[in-house]
Amino acid sequence: MNIQLNGRPVLTAARTLTELLREQQIDVACVATAYNGTFVPKSRYDSQQLEEGCQLEVLSPMQGG
Amino acid sequence: MFYGFEPQSRFLLGTAGYPSPAILQQAIAAGGSEIITVSLRREGAAGAAFRELLAQLDVRVLPNTAGCHTVQEAVTTAQMARELFNTPWIKLEVIGHADTLQPDPFALVEAARILCADGFQVFPYTTEDLIVGEKLLEAGCEVLMPWGAPIGSGQGLRNIDGLRAMRAWFRDVPLIVDAGIGAPSQAAQAMELGFDAILLNTAVAKAGDPVRMAGAFRQAIEAGKAAHDGGLMEKRDMAAASTPIFGLATFGGEG
Repeated sequence: MNIQLNGRPVLTAARTLTELLREQQIDVACVATAYNGTFVPKSRYDSQQLEEGCQLEVLSPMQGG
Repeated sequence: MFYGFEPQSRFLLGTAGYPSPAILQQAIAAGGSEIITVSLRREGAAGAAFRELLAQLDVRVLPNTAGCHTVQEAVTTAQMARELFNTPWIKLEVIGHADTLQPDPFALVEAARILCADGFQVFPYTTEDLIVGEKLLEAGCEVLMPWGAPIGSGQGLRNIDGLRAMRAWFRDVPLIVDAGIGAPSQAAQAMELGFDAILLNTAVAKAGDPVRMAGAFRQAIEAGKAAHDGGLMEKRDMAAASTPIFGLATFGGEG
């Protein structure tokens, strides 16, 4: 299916958030995630299903003021 | 002082825009800062490196919601930050104006209410407006962070009377001047007014020598605090001789 990952179109075979992060080689320990604008805690990554056209934001620590 | 945490240092330092991670690390040390602000951005190669750097620093992190313009964005970002940085602290920014980066007071209060109810310890970036301050306290905030001037402008304290009124009105609330501080003298001025701490980033990060500048701010903030505690003299319109008149000699011209 096609999804939006951090504003980029991504074609993925993943069905869950856990599978997507593994597929995209993103270290789960270093990120926090929002699905369609809503925060998803790590404990729900396995059960968070992906849907066609969904929008995922995967954020990591960064310098800030 | 800040949600039960009493730092020795009154200098909160931002971490953006330094020439290198090593310079950032040295600036934090030179400034003596125990609290640094951090952010969240889309996953990239830099994330892991910054996380490693944070692990080496003996400081508390204050994640921000910089760049958020709506309640929903700010709340979601705060929730992500709490998980990622493992802290209930959040520097709450809800920007209402693109050019001045002025906070949207209505969205700020609403986001603060949601986050405080959810167990966050909120450091709201606000204006010097007293009513907004009261609403933030009612929402559950225990600290207020009025701006000195627009973020990154280096203008210093643009509304001194407003800040002075805020200090007088919220006598027992920890107040941190956040944003707009460009020079150590401006930080000293805020501390002389009785503010509890200073939060800044650009003035150090973009200095020719950030490490030296961080040290200068440290000294200025300490000096301003000592000056306030020491009790500043009242201003007068006319001169008042410091040396006593009694015992003044007279030379000629008498009788």
